[in-house]
Amino acid sequence: MGSCLSCVDILTALYFEVLRVDIQNPRAIERDRFILSKGHGAPALFQVLAMRGFYPEAWLDNYGVDGGVFAEHPPTPDHLAGIEAATGSLGHGLPIGLGMALAARVQQQRYKVYAVLSDGECNEGSVWESAMLAASQKVSDLCVVVDFNKWQATGRSEEVLALAPLAEKWRAFGWNAVEVDGHDMNALLDAFARFALGGERPTAIIAHTVKGKGVSFMEDDNNWHYRIPTAEEVAKAKIELGVAA
Amino acid sequence: MRNAFADEVTKLASQDARVIMLSGDIGNKLFDNFKKVDERRFYNCGVAEANMMGVAAGMALSGLRPVVYTITPFTTTRCFEQIRVDACYHHVPVTIVGTGSGLSYAELGPTHHSLEDLAILRTLPGMSVLAPCDANELRACMRAALKQDGPVYIRIGKKGEAVVFNEVPALTIGKVAIVRPGSDVALLCAGTLMAETLEAATQLNAQGISTEVVSMHSIKPLDVDYLAAAATRFKLIATIEEHGLIGGLGSAVAEWRSRVNAPVRQLAFGTPDEFMHEVGSQEYARRKYGLTAGDMATAVVNALKG
Repeated sequence: MGSCLSCVDILTALYFEVLRVDIQNPRAIERDRFILSKGHGAPALFQVLAMRGFYPEAWLDNYGVDGGVFAEHPPTPDHLAGIEAATGSLGHGLPIGLGMALAARVQQQRYKVYAVLSDGECNEGSVWESAMLAASQKVSDLCVVVDFNKWQATGRSEEVLALAPLAEKWRAFGWNAVEVDGHDMNALLDAFARFALGGERPTAIIAHTVKGKGVSFMEDDNNWHYRIPTAEEVAKAKIELGVAA
Repeated sequence: MRNAFADEVTKLASQDARVIMLSGDIGNKLFDNFKKVDERRFYNCGVAEANMMGVAAGMALSGLRPVVYTITPFTTTRCFEQIRVDACYHHVPVTIVGTGSGLSYAELGPTHHSLEDLAILRTLPGMSVLAPCDANELRACMRAALKQDGPVYIRIGKKGEAVVFNEVPALTIGKVAIVRPGSDVALLCAGTLMAETLEAATQLNAQGISTEVVSMHSIKPLDVDYLAAAATRFKLIATIEEHGLIGGLGSAVAEWRSRVNAPVRQLAFGTPDEFMHEVGSQEYARRKYGLTAGDMATAVVNALKG
């Protein structure tokens, strides 16, 4: 839950304001691509895709049901409309997204590719391998958003593997990097608008977020990386989030 | 095989705009002709194989037909999880080519030996695993691979492999090619040991043992129809591979024999469960592990006596 609440504002900004997608034709070649590289945020993505109209929200009643498609990580694109890549193993989404961006170049398409990574995911060497190739190839249609909630599975991300200075790291790897409040919709949209201006470099948006954002008893408490809320906690969270019936 | 690979992928790229080459910083000048076809379809992805495999999958998800190329350990064991998740789980047409397979780079030491690649890649759902025996069979494998909808691994040697096929053979993935017919014993070779296999067959024929030689270019899918017939036609079948005895062609055939309770003996030639710690050429390593024609012929003769 914590990981979903830290990135859901980013996903909302992307799916409702930024991404050029067609829910009637979800595989249209010219569509923008979005990859939730931090696949453990899947419940947030499933909800946003449903609200955007890729499939009925009622389908989500089958979340976690045996035999269904809504698991704890996104399925492959063949199994759910709107999904571009099956993630869950960290450090895969950016390389796949880079491949999609390079394919656009070969196929003379103009689409853009967005990937949301977690700060813990930046532990993976493949992220930095990918960052270097994107820079050498000047892939300016590629945008990474790091959901920087300062936690990973078992501890503070800065303490597990030293991340700081994260924005400077991306700049040192040849990227444009901007830091924003990842829960400030206007700031996010402004950062995406600057990315869309183009240039020669890929863009990394370091989104400062709060794990469990919006639910007082979850905010910045890493127990909610794994915990499943009780029915009572769900009811309380819904009231705090203003979505209670 | 290396030059034939570069030539064939260049031809295929000139015929099909979806074909795109990814190299892990090897093949200096090898791909100059490819670049002449279309420089935008050649990417040197650097010494960063995990990313290279993910990039290939992303390209394949976007409708391209990427061919990923580097030295075998680095395009297989190095990035196994990317092959598993990005190429196989998504079931996309990524063609992975490993060069210098088996003991081709014996003198570079075990970091550059590849004696596990067939074993691990064979475990992945939807993956085809191919080991052509010469340059022309490699060309046929490349053409077949690029027509597949899913991932394919092609294990190739380095250079100077003996010519087995004078022209590019008709090839179906999952169907063996009978190189030399026989009736007592069948030698089933996957890949780079074909010259030794043919010489072993010559020695056995000279001793009155009629020996069939087969190119088992498809380790997965396995030609079970051929094997079923072979089980009744031959007194003995022998699997031959420049690969560990755990998990490769020998294991695949043994699994099949067990599954169907096939009434035929199998000898398995390959490398033992060890790293080679001393310096040695490919010829030295093959002698050390009993993979020469003479060693294999002797082992077959002894097995038939036993």
